[in-house]
Amino acid sequence: MSTLTANRHDTVPPIATRSLLGVETRKMFNTRSGFWLMASIGIAAVVATIATLIFAPDDQLTYEAFSAAVGFPMTVILPMIAALAVSSEWSQRSALTTFTLVPSRTRVIATKAAVTMLVGAVAIVVAFAIGAVGNVVGSTIAGVDTTWDLNAREFAQILLANEIGMAMGFMLGLLIRSSAGAIVAYFVYALVLPSASGALASTQQWWSDNAAWFDHQWATTRLFEDTFDGEMWAQLGVTTVIWLIIPLVVGWRLMLRSEVK
Amino acid sequence: MITIESLTKRYGTFTAVDDITFTAQPGRVTGFLGPNGAGKSTTMRVMVGLTPPTAGSAHVLGRRFADLPNPGREVGVLLDASAQHAGRTGREILTVAQRTMRLPRSSVDRMLELVSLTDAESARRVRHYSLGMRQRLGIATALIGDPEVLILDEPANGLDPAGIRWMRDLLRGFADDGGTVLLSSHLLHEIEVIADDILVIGDGRIVAGGTKAEILAGGGTFARADDTHALARAAGAAGLDATATDGGVLVQADLATVGRTAFDAGIALVELRAADGAGLEEMFLELTAQSQRDQLEGAAA
Repeated sequence: MSTLTANRHDTVPPIATRSLLGVETRKMFNTRSGFWLMASIGIAAVVATIATLIFAPDDQLTYEAFSAAVGFPMTVILPMIAALAVSSEWSQRSALTTFTLVPSRTRVIATKAAVTMLVGAVAIVVAFAIGAVGNVVGSTIAGVDTTWDLNAREFAQILLANEIGMAMGFMLGLLIRSSAGAIVAYFVYALVLPSASGALASTQQWWSDNAAWFDHQWATTRLFEDTFDGEMWAQLGVTTVIWLIIPLVVGWRLMLRSEVK
Repeated sequence: MITIESLTKRYGTFTAVDDITFTAQPGRVTGFLGPNGAGKSTTMRVMVGLTPPTAGSAHVLGRRFADLPNPGREVGVLLDASAQHAGRTGREILTVAQRTMRLPRSSVDRMLELVSLTDAESARRVRHYSLGMRQRLGIATALIGDPEVLILDEPANGLDPAGIRWMRDLLRGFADDGGTVLLSSHLLHEIEVIADDILVIGDGRIVAGGTKAEILAGGGTFARADDTHALARAAGAAGLDATATDGGVLVQADLATVGRTAFDAGIALVELRAADGAGLEEMFLELTAQSQRDQLEGAAA
């Protein structure tokens, strides 16, 4: 107000993308719930590693065992982080401030998506690094050779599976725009639907043969296995379009048109 | 400057904002007055792009809000002080705004000082804030970008009398420096003491608008005599619109006309003055009575 000029627009620098990236990253950590959710990545990886050290037989203290142990909690925590990153803006109503500071909702949500995916990748690397420490410590204590039986391709597949899970959480957060609703929906997606599909497959031969084209969890879970052939990639692509891309587009459009209150 | 042209917002068959047009001028405080549910908040949300209008347009500083390159640096907005993540500290909320707009880090402390939030208070999570503290934080968030325009929805809510006085002085200073202030309230007195221009909104329509002097001048004349009924009869006989109010008569005419009418009727007046505010208050109460659940006449409560 001290420098009133007719053309103040020209002197105000537009919002920088790196500012937004920084702010959205910060917002994932600067609430109590957000902080502990992030911390739980490290905590869960440490707990899983220690449990493996204690309970796994000496001859099974391989990197694969550790990576499987730390990988499991990630598949639960990461999608929740992704869902809350979006839905909390609506549940906590901070969207009111967010979208008055940055009116382009597309820009805000795209930034959140980028930050979420980055957090997912970093989380997996951190978790697997903790698993690696466990592997070295474990084999030393047990007096066996340290076995590194996880190759780059397998690691990449696990990373992809987790990023798909995060994208799923993100999509549900965006589509439902309520934290409680998004979390419930995620568990329906991740637990209820696959069980139903499994039950159907045990009684129905056609579904048993073809479910991988429709059951996203089915198609994704196989990323954790060693072999992944062309047909499996095709199935993963089809289920991802059905369960992730289409609802994401719908949710995005609804979000753009919705009223922020 | 804020320019609203023929703005309409409908929800299904319900019309929340009905073809309103007005301008909030720089250097002035514009008060947006109306009962709850009159359409004040909806209008403000449309202004800042949170609600899409059904028809019409809203421009701030000559542009659609969404076209401002860095809105926080030009327009300070406080629509709902409680709409913040409860698990974030006050300082963090300001820091997020500061970093989004790419302001110097010192601006956070400057704002905390301006709105009188102590270091200890700023380190607490907003969940533990009183409404008054949330309003102060919201005003800090609105002011941190050193904007030219302020859009504030019921900013006095929850502030104690000293806080209300403080905010009044703050907004006065902001307007005197050339800024545009639009603030809403459902409290007549609140608007009366701070606004230069007043817009009265009811059922989604602007029912009165103008400078404070114009609005208050429309109030007619208040006259009092020992025999109130005789005075009212005399005014009525002279063809004036007269209504008996508490202890006197409210006449829709200027002072001289009312004085002469009483003189002609041989009635000795004990009070004769411009009924400032009374007209506005009448209008406001009428609006409130029409659009609200509380019956003024009494027993309903």
